[in-house]
Amino acid sequence: MQDVNWTALIIFVLLFAFITWLGFAAAHWRRGDLDLLHEWGLGGRRFGTVVTWFLIGGDLYTAYTFIAVPALAFGAGAIAFFAVPYTIVIYPILFLVFPRLWYVCHKHGYITAGDFVRGRFGNRWLALAVTITGIVATMPYIALQLVGLQVVIGAMGVSGSGLAADLPLIIAFIILAAFTYSSGLRAPASIAIVKDILIYITAFAAVIVIPIELGGFGKIFAAVPAPKLLLATPGPNTTGAYGVYATLALGSALALFLYPHSMTGILSASSGRAVRRNAALLPGYSFMLGLLALVGFFAIAAGVGALPEYAAGFKQFGNNFAVPALFLHSFPSWFVGIAFAGVGIGALVPAAIMSIAAANLYTRNIHREFINQNPTDKQEAQMAKWVSLIVKFGALVFILFVPTQYAIYLQLLGGIWIIQTLPSVMLGAYTRWPNDWALLIGWAVGIFAGTAMAIAANLTPTYVLHIGGWALPGYTAFYTVILNLVVVAVLTPVFNAIRARPAALDETVASDYFA
Amino acid sequence: MKDRGIKQRGWSWWYLLFLIQFVAALWPPFYNKAEPHLAGIPYFYWYQMLWVIIGAVLTGIVYFATESRQ
Repeated sequence: MQDVNWTALIIFVLLFAFITWLGFAAAHWRRGDLDLLHEWGLGGRRFGTVVTWFLIGGDLYTAYTFIAVPALAFGAGAIAFFAVPYTIVIYPILFLVFPRLWYVCHKHGYITAGDFVRGRFGNRWLALAVTITGIVATMPYIALQLVGLQVVIGAMGVSGSGLAADLPLIIAFIILAAFTYSSGLRAPASIAIVKDILIYITAFAAVIVIPIELGGFGKIFAAVPAPKLLLATPGPNTTGAYGVYATLALGSALALFLYPHSMTGILSASSGRAVRRNAALLPGYSFMLGLLALVGFFAIAAGVGALPEYAAGFKQFGNNFAVPALFLHSFPSWFVGIAFAGVGIGALVPAAIMSIAAANLYTRNIHREFINQNPTDKQEAQMAKWVSLIVKFGALVFILFVPTQYAIYLQLLGGIWIIQTLPSVMLGAYTRWPNDWALLIGWAVGIFAGTAMAIAANLTPTYVLHIGGWALPGYTAFYTVILNLVVVAVLTPVFNAIRARPAALDETVASDYFA
Repeated sequence: MKDRGIKQRGWSWWYLLFLIQFVAALWPPFYNKAEPHLAGIPYFYWYQMLWVIIGAVLTGIVYFATESRQ
């Protein structure tokens, strides 16, 4: 591989040192007693509109997104742009559902989606299903953040054999684990501000400087092969690429805020109003994501895929190397250092929030529910800190010893699984109508059908439904959550009719869902 | 009566504005074409980027319209 790019590496390391200091110092920010779970795991619910904007932005627009979306545009073309309609429709969903959840969680001291479902539907097994789904879907997501980190470290020419090859990643991970343990959610919240500034600078520099170097957008799009430029027009009796595009966008949007790390980011806001404001302000990141997707086309136009100096990188990381290669090709070394630090730090922020979210879930909805029902506040917070370490260590081991492709497959399945909690969590924010056992069976049917469909489709996200002579390819998560909802709708009246004992208690009341 | 007032606050007709961005963003036949270009960018790309901004404005309108009533 190429020589070590010392200028870039030194800037990268300096910025990493800065955020390491910031991560530890964050423990004293908006100071609270870190021996309380809601202080460690939700930052004391004290983040206002601006910090929440940075935190949720840093949480949702991850390093993997910044590498993988342009990589998909580079490899597959227009279909990658589904990320844009996806981020257009997530914010109405955020606006309509999550302020209600914020209020009810604040009122009852809920920290996780599992807490809410337990309180709302009074069924510990349904809460357990939601909890396990959240943890399992989060784990491969953390692992994928490391892929983003691996790619930029590799792109700076840092390489070796055996343990030495993995050493930079292990060091980055120890840093991450240490500041998350000591500062909780305050660490990623403060680091997210640095990360977002770096990423914004990088994105704007990329869409201004590189098109000038390449001779304008007209030339760039002229270099993109025609089949990659637009979606393929569907043939007769099929919704074709249109159906795939729309269901990927809508299904991914419905799944997004069900992920535990999204919930953690939202619940850490200081008010429901801060959540609503952010629904209008967060599209600032969507715009940037769209710009970054275009960077995949810049990489095509710059022809980095054919340059011999990047051949080794593409061989090792596949299309994920497209953006790093383009940056190396187009920017001076010092700016490459800033851009790569943005991506690298962009991996640590969501990884920290995800591990905190998984730790909150385990502590509240498995340990407290099933193992030790009366922990002291301090025991509870301590348990979460340990679990956050275990979760991150698991992700590290996974990425070091298992092929990356497996993490990608699992993350794909994770999206199909997490969306099955939609009826309990998002519908539950509006209505107590569904029967708790009907929700649990709907969840199980969705998980089982979704997994089977994904396997039948050779672990790709889309499945072709055949209905009345029509072929309808679409996102499996979208199809299976509809199946899930149908099961809930059919079984609820049945269970309500045959129930021998009174309905499980709902500890929330209608007025809990408002200011 | 009080209970009814709370229930009413769970829904606002302003929320129907959100439907516009769902339809505009999720119906590819509206935008799956290259012409007209804008500064060299095919329609497919600048249309969707434009809707990110329109969506944010619509969400802002719904925020201010529903916030003042609370």
